Amino acid sequence: MIVSDIPVCPENIVGETAKIKVEGYRFVTLTCVELDETRVDVLYHFDRDYQMKHLRMTVLKDTPIPSISPVYFAAFLVENEIQDLFGIRFQGLAIDYDRTLYLAEDVKAAPFCKYVVLKTSATLNTPGENPS
Amino acid sequence: MTKTIIPFGPQHPVLPEPVHLQLTLQDEVITEAIPAFGYVHRGLEKLAEIRDFQQMIYVVERICGICSMIHAMCYCQGLEEMMGIDVPPRARFLRVIWSELHRIHSHLLWMGLFADSFGFESLFMQCWKIREKILDIDEATTGNRVVISVNVIGGVRKDLNAEQIHWILSELKDVEKETLRLETTIMTDYTVKKRTVGKGVLTRQQAYELGLVGPVLRASGIAQDSRMLGYAAFNEIDFAPVVETDGDCYARCKVRFREIFQSIDLIRQAIAKMPDGELAVKVKGRPEGEVVSRVEQPRGEVFYYIKANGKKNLERVRVRTPTFANVPALLAMLPGMWLSDVPVIVLSIDPCISCTER
Amino acid sequence: MFEKILTKARMLSPWVLHFDCGSCNGCDIEVLACLTPVYDLERFGIINTGNPMHADIFLVTGTVNHRNKQVLRNLYDQIPEPKVVVALGACGLTGGVFREAYNVVGGVDKVIPVDVYVPGCPAKPEAIIDGVVLGLEKFRQKASAMHS
Repeated sequence: MIVSDIPVCPENIVGETAKIKVEGYRFVTLTCVELDETRVDVLYHFDRDYQMKHLRMTVLKDTPIPSISPVYFAAFLVENEIQDLFGIRFQGLAIDYDRTLYLAEDVKAAPFCKYVVLKTSATLNTPGENPS
Repeated sequence: MTKTIIPFGPQHPVLPEPVHLQLTLQDEVITEAIPAFGYVHRGLEKLAEIRDFQQMIYVVERICGICSMIHAMCYCQGLEEMMGIDVPPRARFLRVIWSELHRIHSHLLWMGLFADSFGFESLFMQCWKIREKILDIDEATTGNRVVISVNVIGGVRKDLNAEQIHWILSELKDVEKETLRLETTIMTDYTVKKRTVGKGVLTRQQAYELGLVGPVLRASGIAQDSRMLGYAAFNEIDFAPVVETDGDCYARCKVRFREIFQSIDLIRQAIAKMPDGELAVKVKGRPEGEVVSRVEQPRGEVFYYIKANGKKNLERVRVRTPTFANVPALLAMLPGMWLSDVPVIVLSIDPCISCTER
Repeated sequence: MFEKILTKARMLSPWVLHFDCGSCNGCDIEVLACLTPVYDLERFGIINTGNPMHADIFLVTGTVNHRNKQVLRNLYDQIPEPKVVVALGACGLTGGVFREAYNVVGGVDKVIPVDVYVPGCPAKPEAIIDGVVLGLEKFRQKASAMHS
């Protein structure tokens, strides 16, 4: 199905998901898509009786996003994955692996970012080079 | 009582794949379980930048060697929807046949590993012996035992002739007979019941809130099965999800057994209704847009998000595999259980780690 | 004299340790399929063990990544000499379809020395059995070199 979405922002994301939970939706997953050098799209997917609902949040890469794991506990895993792969930070995670879910402890790069321009990019490694 | 922390894995005899669980124990009872990953992580989604959208089929097939055909089917269906391609009816029925064959062999494989997890090794051998028949069918019809590579965007690459269909039906009769014998043995066995009944119970509410999928969800009494979406030819076949209500390891075992018989029935239906005709349509142009595709794997629902921008390479491919959704179940099930029950409970979600980490 | 008998005995019953380091499961289930009645690896006296200290032959499937290369190294070091490493499948040989992925180091031979390479995606059980039997010959050579 083609994605038709509801726009959200970091301020209201927890409230929106709590509402969706009350409506009886099942948590499916999160998707992170890099848009350009500074912005990413974070999509939240939910399902109820085979109908999907998508929330779309466009944020700057250095903005911390509130975690929805207090609402849907299962979200902690995928939020940790996005932390690993895109270098975006989630706040209030139920279990925080601190960017070591998949990657080694000493990796500082975000491998899924095509454009490496975080603020401290001088100290970061380019994607594809894992210095371990 | 002092607390003990026990590492479980990454190299553990009951696990075919490396995953690590950090178990906190109070005496012999688990109080907390934290999974750790990363031993199989390769970064396949990123390969979409190097491989074009046709080549990506072969990459997504190798996300998981057990349900490879279903991964490719999900990916192809997503792109077909995005590009507005109508798949020929015969190809849709063939996809049903091969995906259900995959489900049978995956469930039998799981049954064997599950039996092995409580030390029932002869049962492991029996399950895998039956499973070989399905692999023979795969090999005879497509040329490979495990990664069968039949899907292309717009259809399938291989066909079944009348002789092959006749042979498949007779092999399935054998599989059905032997599985039935296996089922009566397993489900009534004292040892099996002792090790599985009441272990790792998930209530209906818990299972739904944790966002679980597949047999784990259906064993807790929720009739959620992506085949109800009617992809491929499932809308033309009589189908209803298999549901059990107990929510323990025994119920999950039962769901999977019933699904094997259901899959055999689905293949028979598909063969009976399969029309003649083309196998694939030609694909013109390049994909553009965003699409979400869902398909039911043996382990549960797989979710693909594909974003394309009219170029040869896709912008983003995101895969949420069923085990990824089922891992939170472990965190809910393990606390309060005995240490000796850990292998049984871990295997009851049918973990596929290479799927989870990609 | 005694060593010769020991080597011969070990040749007749080599124990195998299997480690999956980032394979897609295809090769792993084929390794397990080798043990089951249709292929029955045990007729060669081969037993699959979970303990590296008991093993003579090390079967490795899949690509090596940055986290598991240490685990692989550890397991290899624990296997007593003489030992034979068999790399299975296209990924174990070179990295296969995953070779360009960012978290992939490459084939098994980037981390530990490999004696036998078994190609295929996934490697067929017949090929795996062939590879193990070929590995036994290497094993004999290594053992006699150790005692001479």
